[in-house]
Amino acid sequence: MSTTQATTNQAPLIRVRGLANRFGQHSVHEDLDLDLYAGEILGVVGGSGTGKSVLLRSIVGLLRPSAGHIEVFGEDLQRLSDSERSRIERRFGVLFQRGALFTSLTLQENVALPLIEHAKLDRADAEALARVKLALAGLPGEAAIKYPAELSGGMIKRAALARALALDPEVLFLDEPTAGLDPIGAAAFDRLILTLRDALGLSVFLVTHDLDTLYTACDRVAVLSRRRVLVADRLDVVAATEDDWIHDYFHGPRGRAAQQAAHPVEDP
Amino acid sequence: MTEPGRIDHQEGRLAIAGDWTLVHFATLKRQVDRLVQDRAPSPEGVDLAQIAALDTAGATLLMKLVGARSLAAIDDWAPELPATRRALLRTLGEAMADNRPPVTLPSHPLKDVLARTGQLVEGLWQQQRQLLGFIGQVLVTLAATAWRPGRWRLTSVVAQLHQTGLNALPIVALLTFLVGAVVAFLGATVLRDFGATIYTVDLVAFAFLREFGVLLAAILLAGRTASAFTAQLGAMKANEELDAVRTLGLDPVELLVLPRVLAMMLTLPILTFVGMLSGILGGALVCLLALDISLIQFLAILQRDIPLNHFLVGLSKAPLFAFLVAVIGCLEGFKVSGSAQSVGEHTTSSVVQSIFMVILLDAIAALFFMEMGW
Repeated sequence: MSTTQATTNQAPLIRVRGLANRFGQHSVHEDLDLDLYAGEILGVVGGSGTGKSVLLRSIVGLLRPSAGHIEVFGEDLQRLSDSERSRIERRFGVLFQRGALFTSLTLQENVALPLIEHAKLDRADAEALARVKLALAGLPGEAAIKYPAELSGGMIKRAALARALALDPEVLFLDEPTAGLDPIGAAAFDRLILTLRDALGLSVFLVTHDLDTLYTACDRVAVLSRRRVLVADRLDVVAATEDDWIHDYFHGPRGRAAQQAAHPVEDP
Repeated sequence: MTEPGRIDHQEGRLAIAGDWTLVHFATLKRQVDRLVQDRAPSPEGVDLAQIAALDTAGATLLMKLVGARSLAAIDDWAPELPATRRALLRTLGEAMADNRPPVTLPSHPLKDVLARTGQLVEGLWQQQRQLLGFIGQVLVTLAATAWRPGRWRLTSVVAQLHQTGLNALPIVALLTFLVGAVVAFLGATVLRDFGATIYTVDLVAFAFLREFGVLLAAILLAGRTASAFTAQLGAMKANEELDAVRTLGLDPVELLVLPRVLAMMLTLPILTFVGMLSGILGGALVCLLALDISLIQFLAILQRDIPLNHFLVGLSKAPLFAFLVAVIGCLEGFKVSGSAQSVGEHTTSSVVQSIFMVILLDAIAALFFMEMGW
């Protein structure tokens, strides 16, 4: 937990203030505040339909918020010109819920694309580096020349992570990365995220339903409920918050099991 | 930003220093390549302590320098590195230690040409077989549901009628009107030399009643609707919706294909009729403006020279064309596999096939009707 202590004093990497997202009559967020600090893994949880993915999409700039502002690396994304935005967006890596790999490209071409376009590598170098990233994400070597349609859901997730990591981003956005993975693969995924965070100093914005991921990987947890962030703090503080939904979430049968698995001794 | 990475030679050891990051990848790779070409250094001869920044791209180059297995065992030979950096290098080394690059088979140009030709011919044959099979399946399903009004999908037929028929009406009318005017101009130009410009009326009427009305409408629907059917069903296939339909105990042919086919078979005769009318109208307008044949005179000639059977010959082809266009559009939709490229390929294929079929059948029908003297 030393990371959290260290980060609370510094300025946040991403600052969301007073964010509102409305779709017609339907309001998803109202007056939502959230910070992401450098080097932390922030888990974002909430019931289905509480707008976790919408929040992610507004931060990475895919969705223009109805109100409020979002500062990334100290700059307001909406006030920037297209080229400045593109420069900032290159420092993001995004893993979409269903992978969103380009179906007409092989896996190594998928990962090599940003390397060729932005890092200006030549094709052979980019593809060699792409194969390393795919291996790092846990894919076997022969998968590199396959097309996304030939892969299982878990493998697509891994390839999508490799593409998100292609440019060695500073902030990684993961939308339910372990959903659809088997438990062994999910645990390896959590370890990989931790290793990468420690080694590269990544900040990770992690939308998840996976309680095991929350307990093993996250430094802080933000709970989305009633159109705003109810609480964002260390896991034990969040779990102790007085709220029906939070109580059901962390102290239900699955929550207890995950907690026990992560901290077998601490459990009374 | 900061100094790019470099490799220094210090007392027989290689000192790795500076930033080993993606930004400097090209320069660093050249240095590493030069070193590895001479001889791969052993891990003991490499000193990593002075690295300022390291990311996965830089780590990949270090792996090239010392090999994946040594990198996986980094804890043994470089324990002085910070734990986080060792973790990155170790993870990368472990991931790549047993990783074989994908094997691509060598190709031979002549063999490739032959194989490709064979594939194309086989594909064409398979396509025709599938089409015949699918036509059979649609007809069987049609026969099975025809006697049970409870299983008619009236709502979806009407919805398809709206999309394929009503929405296509303006474009069909406009296009046939223009072609009608063009045919009349052509006729007027050629017939003027024989002093027989009055027969322009017959030319336009013959052309549109027997051929152009139905042909233009069918080709427009092939471009407009067959492609839409393929894209709709293809997207459903890619999204596993067709599988869901099957597991719910429903028949995709009955649920999705029949309404489309029936709607098309109702639509095309109507559009053909509209096409004939507006084509003749286009011709009449040119006759009025360029040849001074009044509308009354035009209609009188039509009534005198053109028997009803020409209209029936033209109209009789419409349901057949409609059936084929709809069936081809739906079948190509079913053939779509997961990728976006596949949706595009099959949409193209459905338009090309249905236009080809329409023109081929029209040619055969023209011969047949001529021989029969209809």
